[in-house]
Amino acid sequence: MADLQLIMSGLANGCIYGLIALGFVLIYKATEAVNFAQGDMMMLGAFIALGFTNSDRMDLPFWLAVPMSILLMGCFGYLLDRIIIRRMFGQSQVSVVILTIALGFVLRFAAGTIWGHEPQSLESPFAGRDVSFGGVVLGLDEVVVIFTTVLLTIGFYFFFNNTKLGVAMQASSQNQLAAYYMGIPVKRIQSLIWAVSGMMAAIAGILFASKGSIDPGVGLVGIKAFAAAVIGGMGSLPGALLGGIIIGLVEPFAARYVAAGYSQVAPYLLLFLVLVFRPHGILAQIHRKKV
Amino acid sequence: MSTQATNIVEKSTGTQAGSDSVLKIRNLESYYGPIMALRGVSLDVREGQIVTVLGANGAGKTTLMKTISGVMDPEKGQIFYAGKDIAGAEPNEVVNGGIVHVPEGREVFPLLSVEENLEMGAYTRKDKDGVKEDREIVFSYFPILKERRKQAAGTLSGGQQQMLAIGRGLMARPKVMLLDEPSLGLSPLLVKEIFAIIKRLNKEQGVTMLLVEQNAKVALDVADYGYVMELGRIVIDGEAAKLRASKDIQEFYLGASTDGQRDQKRWKQKKTWR
Repeated sequence: MADLQLIMSGLANGCIYGLIALGFVLIYKATEAVNFAQGDMMMLGAFIALGFTNSDRMDLPFWLAVPMSILLMGCFGYLLDRIIIRRMFGQSQVSVVILTIALGFVLRFAAGTIWGHEPQSLESPFAGRDVSFGGVVLGLDEVVVIFTTVLLTIGFYFFFNNTKLGVAMQASSQNQLAAYYMGIPVKRIQSLIWAVSGMMAAIAGILFASKGSIDPGVGLVGIKAFAAAVIGGMGSLPGALLGGIIIGLVEPFAARYVAAGYSQVAPYLLLFLVLVFRPHGILAQIHRKKV
Repeated sequence: MSTQATNIVEKSTGTQAGSDSVLKIRNLESYYGPIMALRGVSLDVREGQIVTVLGANGAGKTTLMKTISGVMDPEKGQIFYAGKDIAGAEPNEVVNGGIVHVPEGREVFPLLSVEENLEMGAYTRKDKDGVKEDREIVFSYFPILKERRKQAAGTLSGGQQQMLAIGRGLMARPKVMLLDEPSLGLSPLLVKEIFAIIKRLNKEQGVTMLLVEQNAKVALDVADYGYVMELGRIVIDGEAAKLRASKDIQEFYLGASTDGQRDQKRWKQKKTWR
């Protein structure tokens, strides 16, 4: 019984890690750079939703605030690439990485200035409620997180495999030059991928915030999500989700069965083991790199 | 024989005369950073012809193709396509206009299926029915692609990938196809097969071809007209049949053995080319 609840809360956390990791992988596949601000973008998405819907802020209905913040984060991602990241074209990937780390700091500071540094809770309709499935009592927030992730996964699968734009996104990440030759507007597609990962960050942020309080520093779960992306195989979308879920599941069990000081290390120990024994991650895509 | 060879060299004005050229390139100069890769290239491609550009590694053939398709921007010069100067246009505009580039080394999308690769070839097109028709046309030229249409392109053999690259190019319904080294890394039998299809596409679908090749023999066999590039310049041009007969071409590009008599002459000729 207790184990089932651990599994559920682990799964729910894991789904959130997975969604952030998905954002990492999307951008990595499209531009071969890692966006270390992904976690902070998640934080920003959560705060935007909070700003829209909390009664002491704008007090908009929750169901309006959610699509608005997702859309806003989508625009944020698009413009971020359009205005800043694209200027780094031709620079080494390290400079893009450093840029995104700096961006993370900026976002944390901006969020603190706008919404304050204290932990706050998003007023979501599923916070603190329980549902029971045949006698098993589960937190509604956890069920919503898992359900949303499943829906998103199906949606993404459909988008990437069955729409022209989705296939073009895959194509330009697999072979950028050939995509240019085919007349695919690669730059615009990259901006759109940033937009998608911004929207992803907003969704992850809202789900994260509906499970507990947030403060401008929560973006640091991005590090765990990055570990998830690496465990799953950087460059594999299902791998990112799988990695997230694995880390999410390892955490509560480590906290329960391992001495307190050591349990925190468990996700990174796992990362370490995966890197040693399967350096390309669990679901590595065999992808020939052209020079 | 030797008089004809010198004739060709003298005649080398760098252009193929004629007003019905679909692609007309004048004094094109392109750079890779500080390195000048095209040193004023002029050439003409007439509608319905197969025109080949021969030359060794580093002659600038691929750069020429990339500059035409808009992946590289020229520093100077014009590219007239259907009367309009398209030098420096974006790749998607060039594809939309009807020029498609089939790149060297196949360059398929490795994890997409054959069908999805073909779909990407038609990315700039809006007419769904036409795209479907063209896919059937591509399948009729390359039946193996139909058989493997659900397979990831990266798992195809080299020859099949080359077929896919050509088929993907056809999906844009081009007027002009830029073919960069279709023979690269393929067995002689496959080369023969692919060139037969190139010839058929030219005759049956009316696709004008600009064909870059190192394999001068097969290229001159299918081509109507040929240019020879060296170090970023056109050094010889002429009807394909004449080029085939030319001693210079035979020696340097067709690998015919030299008889002692010509040794001295070759040295001289090489000098005049540069």
